[in-house]
Amino acid sequence: MKLNFDALIIGAGPAGLGAALSLKENGIDDILIVDREDSPGGILLQCIHNGFGLHRFKEELTGPEYAERDINLVRERNIDILLNTCALDIISEENHKTVVLLSEDKGLLRAKAKVVILAMGCRERNRGNIAIPGARPAGILTAGFAQKMMNMLGHPPGNEIVILGSGDIGLIMARRLSWEGARVKAVIEAQAYPGGLNRNIVQCLHDFDIPLYLSHTISNILGAKRIESVEVAPLDHGVPAKPEGRFSLACDTLLLSVGLIPENELSLKAGVILDPATRGAVVDANLMTSVEGIFACGNVLQVHDLADNVSEEAACCGKSAARYLVGERVKKREIPLKTGNLVRYVLPACAEVGKEVIVSFRPISPAQNVTLVIKTDTEELLRKKERKIFPSIMHRINLKQIPENAAYLEVSFVSEEK
Amino acid sequence: MNNEYDVLIIGGGVIGAAVARELSHYKIRIALLEKEFDVSFGTSKSNSGIVHAGFHSMPGTLQAELCVEGNRAFDRLSEELEFPFERRGSLMAAFSEEEIQILHMYYERGRKNNVPYMEFLSQDKTLEMEPNLNPDVLGSLFAPSTGIVCPYEFCYALVEDALQNGLDLFTQEKVVGVRRGSARSVEVETEKGLRLSGWFVINAAGLYADEVAKAAGVGDFEITPRKGEEYLLDRRVSNLVRRVIYPVPTPTSKGLLVIPTVDGPVMVGPSAVDVESKTDLGTTSQGLKMIFEHAQKMVPSIRTSDIITSFAGLRPVATGDDFIIGPTKMKGFINAAGIQSPGLTSAPAIAETIRGILLKEGLKLEIKPDFIARRRGILHIRKAVEDRDFDKVEDAIHIDSGYAKLVCRCENVTEAEISEAVKRGHTSMDAIKFMTRAGTGRCQGGFCSSRVMKIIEKETGTPLEKISKKGPGSEILLLPFAKGKQD
Amino acid sequence: MKKELICINCPMGCSLEVTYDAEKIIEVKGNDCARGKDYAAKEIFHPERIVTTTVCVKGAPIVVLPVKTEKSVPKGLAFKIVQAASKITVNAPVKAGDVIIRNVLGTGVNLIASRTVERD
Repeated sequence: MKLNFDALIIGAGPAGLGAALSLKENGIDDILIVDREDSPGGILLQCIHNGFGLHRFKEELTGPEYAERDINLVRERNIDILLNTCALDIISEENHKTVVLLSEDKGLLRAKAKVVILAMGCRERNRGNIAIPGARPAGILTAGFAQKMMNMLGHPPGNEIVILGSGDIGLIMARRLSWEGARVKAVIEAQAYPGGLNRNIVQCLHDFDIPLYLSHTISNILGAKRIESVEVAPLDHGVPAKPEGRFSLACDTLLLSVGLIPENELSLKAGVILDPATRGAVVDANLMTSVEGIFACGNVLQVHDLADNVSEEAACCGKSAARYLVGERVKKREIPLKTGNLVRYVLPACAEVGKEVIVSFRPISPAQNVTLVIKTDTEELLRKKERKIFPSIMHRINLKQIPENAAYLEVSFVSEEK
Repeated sequence: MNNEYDVLIIGGGVIGAAVARELSHYKIRIALLEKEFDVSFGTSKSNSGIVHAGFHSMPGTLQAELCVEGNRAFDRLSEELEFPFERRGSLMAAFSEEEIQILHMYYERGRKNNVPYMEFLSQDKTLEMEPNLNPDVLGSLFAPSTGIVCPYEFCYALVEDALQNGLDLFTQEKVVGVRRGSARSVEVETEKGLRLSGWFVINAAGLYADEVAKAAGVGDFEITPRKGEEYLLDRRVSNLVRRVIYPVPTPTSKGLLVIPTVDGPVMVGPSAVDVESKTDLGTTSQGLKMIFEHAQKMVPSIRTSDIITSFAGLRPVATGDDFIIGPTKMKGFINAAGIQSPGLTSAPAIAETIRGILLKEGLKLEIKPDFIARRRGILHIRKAVEDRDFDKVEDAIHIDSGYAKLVCRCENVTEAEISEAVKRGHTSMDAIKFMTRAGTGRCQGGFCSSRVMKIIEKETGTPLEKISKKGPGSEILLLPFAKGKQD
Repeated sequence: MKKELICINCPMGCSLEVTYDAEKIIEVKGNDCARGKDYAAKEIFHPERIVTTTVCVKGAPIVVLPVKTEKSVPKGLAFKIVQAASKITVNAPVKAGDVIIRNVLGTGVNLIASRTVERD
C-alpha cells in the first residue's frame, strides 16, 4: 500500500471528514484519513437523536444522518479512509511526519505525510477524574458508554437510573432511557446552573418530570456487586452538606455526564503544546499547532456543543492546511488573543494583523444583559448586546480584518451597568 | 469426580496461590477453593504491589522473618513465572531531626532482620536519587532490596503454574463447613453443596479466616478489617518517583506512601482505618484529603487532578497483629491467617513454612519429576509502543495478528492480549483489567469496555448481558428491561 | 392563563412568558425570534416532538438501526412509538430515509431509517 501522503488526517468524525473535504476543495488530492472504528462518522453514529445540522443544512438531522452527508461526499471525491486503524505515534522528521499506524488488516504501518491533521475528538470525564467516594460495584457508566451500548449494540444499561452531571449527553440519555421504559430518578448537578443546553433540559427532563438537583453532588456510592443506591448531598459554596442534610436515591445504574476532555495523548507524543483551559492544542489563526505541519480541529482542539461548528472549524483547518502545502507560509506580524472579563478561553492563541480570524470563546459563568466587546489596544472591533450567555454555549465570531497597528486582541463580556 | 485430596487450600488470594504453587511440586492431589469469581479478587487485588525489604517489622516476629525471606525469593519466582517485578529500592524520608533519629531505629531493626545493603543518605544524595522529593527532606534510609510487583499477575501466575502442575481450582465456592471426615481426613463443604475431603486443610481465607477456623471448631482468633485507600495517578506523571517513598512511621501507622508501579503510573496511599464490616470497600472524601496532604508533604507536585482512579482494600488483621501460621487442635487443619502487610512479600516464605509444617505433620512429599516450573507471561506491546520500538510491535503481529487490533488505547492493549487472558480462564471485566491493564488508563474503560465484552463473548460464547465486572450479580448490562429488544 | 416555557427551537433556549385562553395565544414575551411564538402556540395546544429510537437489523455489520419520525408527532405518543419500534426487525440493506413503519400509530407520519447499512 502507498505510504506517502500530502495530508494524513487522524479521525473520521465530522472534524476529520470536514477537513478532508476542504483539503480536496482547495486542490489537495493526496489524502489519507484513518479511523480506529469499523465505519466512518465518529461519535455521531451513536447520537441517534435529532438536532444536528440546523446551521449548516437548515434542517434538523440525527447524528447518523449528519455523518452520512459527509461520508457520501468523501466517497464521491475518492478520498481514502483506512478503517480499524489506530495512530500510535507521530514523529517529526526533516520534511515530513511519520505517523505510526496499527491497522487490523495491514498491521504496523509507518506512513509519511507533509501535513497531519489531528481530529481525534474527545473522551468523557469519568469517576476517577472527579473522585466520587464510595464502593466500586458494577452499574457505574459514563453516559456516552451507555449511549454506545444502547444505540449501537441494542443493550440498555439498567432500569432505575440516576445521572450525575447535566451535560448534554446525560440529558439526551435521560430521554432515551425514559422512552425505552427505564425510570430516570434524578439528574444531579454540582454547579448552580445546568451543564447542558436549556432546550435539552425541557425536552429531556421536563417532558418526563425528571427532577434536576442543581448545586448537589453524589457523596457516596453504595452496593457490593451492583450499585444499590447513591447518597446525594446539597452543596453550599462547593462544600457538601452535613450527613443529616443528605438523602439517598435507590438505583441500579449511575450514569456520569460530567464533561468531555479533548483526546490529546497522541498530540503530546508529537510534541504539541496544550492549552490548560481548553485542554486542546495551542493553535495559531490557521489552526496549526506548536509543531509545524500539524493542524488540529474539532473536539480534539476544543469541545464544541454543535457538530455544525465542528464542520465549520474543520473546513477552515483544511483550507489553511492546503495553503500551507502549496507553500503559502509567509506570516505577517502575529498578535496574541487575550481573555477579558467573564471569558474562560479564547481560541486561537494568536492572529495575524491584516488578516481574517475566526475567534471561538466561552463565558466563564452564566450572565444576563451583557455586552460582548472585542477590541485591540487602540480600537473596538465589535460591540454586541447579549441578553443571556451560558458556559454551555460557545461563541464564534468572524473578524474580517485585524487592524495593522493592533498589539493584541481582547474578548470580554461587559456588564451593562458599567 | 474424585473428591479426595491430599491438601485442600481455602482462599485464592496470594497466600493460597503461593501455597498451591509450592505444593504442586509434589506428587500429591491439591484443590484450591475460592469464594469469588476469580482468584486474587479479595484483599490481594487491592495490594500496593510493594515487595518490602523488611525493616519495618519488629525483630523476632514471624512477619520480620518471613518478609526478608520472601523478598529474596522474588527474583527467581519472577523469572520462572514471568510476572513483572523490579527491585527499585526504597527511601524512608525524614523531615526533622527527630525523624532522622527514628531512621536509625529502623536501620537497627532492618539490620537485626537481615535486610541487606541498607544505607543512610544525605539530603543531597536523597534529592539526587529522587529529584521530585520535597527539598526540605533532611535525609533518608535507602533499602535497595525493596521491590515492586504486579500483585494480581503475581497471584495469577502462581495459580496458572499450579494448574499446569495438576491443581484443581474451584472458584465461586464459599466454604461454610469444615468437619472431621472418615479416618483422619477433613471434610470441607461449600455453600453450593460441594464436598471435598483432604488429609490437610490450609486456611488461607484472608478476611474470613476467623470464620473458617470457627467453622472447624478451632476459632481462637478474630480478624479485624483495616481499610486502606489508594489513589492511582495519570501515566503523564509516572516519573514523579522512581523508588518506593516511605514516610517515617508514626506510632500508629506505617504512614502514607508514594509508590511507583511496575506498569508505570504512580500510586499514593494506603490509609489504615479499622472498619466494622468486611465488605466496606468504599473510598471516602476524608481518606482522599488525608492521603494527599501527606503525599504532598513528601512529593509536593502530586496533584489530586491527576487521579485517574481510586480503590480501597481491607487488610485482615488478626488478634495479636502478627501472622498466625501453624497447626491447630484439629488434626490436619492448618492456619495461614492474619496475613496483612508484609503479606504479599512474605507469601513465598509462608508457602515454604506451610510445606515444612505439612512434612512435620506427616504428609509424604515426593518431587514430581515432570514439574513445570515455567509459566509463560502474556506478551504485551505497551512498553514497545511507549519506547517507540515499533519493530517489536511488528514482531508481535507476525506471531499473532491480534496484536494489530488495539482495544485499549490508553494503555495500548491489543485483542491478542485480551483473548489470551480469556483463554487462561479470566472471563470477568475486572480480571481482564488486572491481567492485561485494559480499562485501567485515564479513560477508565470508556472506550474499550464494549470491545472487551465482545472479545469475551467471542472467546467464551457468553452473551453480552451475562458478562460481569466481577461475577454474577455484577453484570455490566441489566436485563430484562421493561421490554425485550431480543424477541 | 399564563405559562412559562423555554423555547426548544435552538440552543438559545429563550424563556417565554405566554398568555393564552382556551383557544388561542394572546401574547408571547421573551422570545428573541418569531419561531418562539410558533413554538409557544404548538407547545400549549398540541405539543409535538420528533421521536428517535432503534429497530433490530439482520444481515448487517450492525445489530440495531437508528430510526426517527419523519416529522414531529404528538408528544404523548412518543413512548408508544418507541415500543412499536422495539418489536420491529428489518433486513439489510437499508437506506437512510427508507420507511420502517408507514403512518406510525395513525399519526400520518412515517418512521424512517436514519442510517444507511449495507449487507454484511
